[in-house]
Amino acid sequence: METLSYRHRAEHRAGGTKPMALVGVVASGNLEVLVERVLPGTECQVDISTAAEGFGAVWEAVVADFVERRSPGGLKLSINDGGARPDTVALRLAQAVRSIEENDR
Amino acid sequence: MSAVQIASVNTPSSEPDRASWYEASARQRIRSLLDAGSFEEFIGPEQRELSPHLGIFNLPAQFDDGMIVGRGRLRGEPVFIAAQEGRFMGGAFGEVHGAKLTGLVRAARDATSIPLLILFDTGGVRLQEANAGEVAIAEIMRAIIEARLAGVKVVGLIGGRAGCYGGGSLIAGCCSALAISEHGRLSVSGPEVIETNRGVEEFDSKDRALVWRTMGGKHRRLIGAVDAFVDDTMSAFRDAAVRLIESGPRFGADVLDAEQARLEDRLARFGTCADALDVWTSAGVDAAAAVPALPSEEFIALADKVRSIRHDAR
Repeated sequence: METLSYRHRAEHRAGGTKPMALVGVVASGNLEVLVERVLPGTECQVDISTAAEGFGAVWEAVVADFVERRSPGGLKLSINDGGARPDTVALRLAQAVRSIEENDR
Repeated sequence: MSAVQIASVNTPSSEPDRASWYEASARQRIRSLLDAGSFEEFIGPEQRELSPHLGIFNLPAQFDDGMIVGRGRLRGEPVFIAAQEGRFMGGAFGEVHGAKLTGLVRAARDATSIPLLILFDTGGVRLQEANAGEVAIAEIMRAIIEARLAGVKVVGLIGGRAGCYGGGSLIAGCCSALAISEHGRLSVSGPEVIETNRGVEEFDSKDRALVWRTMGGKHRRLIGAVDAFVDDTMSAFRDAAVRLIESGPRFGADVLDAEQARLEDRLARFGTCADALDVWTSAGVDAAAAVPALPSEEFIALADKVRSIRHDAR
């Protein structure tokens, strides 16, 4: 297993008030993202645990692109990865932010 | 529970939810089954109670270990609820996964008046943590029996992609009542297990028609292993859950005697049948070969005619 952690400063704080959200599932080619509103200001952290070792550069690029597009300030995102492709990861990250921003019923 | 019940608050509209149970995740099933906004999770993913064993095998863990437990309301009434995520490790029972269900069943036992729903979606025990998983199965079975003795209705719902196999099927066998969809499969040994142990002549696991007519929802309904056959929709499972909580049998020595008699009768009637088609014919189905393709409504009518509940066995 490989663990990776990236810390960024986002443009602004993420919207909504929910404390947490969970999307995805740990399965082959899939991943789960637990997103929690626990960081101060516009800080953002992405922690990754993956069985597919040696893809640090790809993760770094996907995470940097995500922070720029979604501006997830104040959010900590924790990932358990089942070997998902970068496009799947990008979609799940976006879905995670949308889930914590929307008002749940 | 509280003396005042305001039934109209938080109950979903009467609009049926046609979304597929089979395709849904465990969390979506809980959300659709319970009254809107009523679900409260115990030991949620943010607590990170991960499997202590999967890392040894270089396998990724999941924050809820594939088991979601909590409480909520079903048509205004309180329920405990557990759901397995069949896409994570085939919904298999590991140490944390099992312990969460054990704790929930014991909570239901101690509360005595709140029914428990178990949304099965499992291949059985997780092989990477088999000892802990086997112990969990035994603990859960004991806890369910204790809960039923205390008066708790325990209703199992089966319609996920992993089916309900191995230890999961043993737990299902301890429930007060079960509902299953056509996609649901209920069996102790899975198709591949039987083929591996007894040979392909005995059971061809690639023959999907054989698998479904031997372990699928229709067969289980016709031989009385489950109490309700439902459409693969959220509403159908919700209706069945409500109905089975109301109608599920009490529990005691007389119910066990009746169950034993029912099983002996089943063995006597169908013990020599070589195929599910023979079982259905012996059970009084005129056109057994047509059963697999029968639409749900017609099948439910047929099943009600063939096997009405004749005693208090489950």
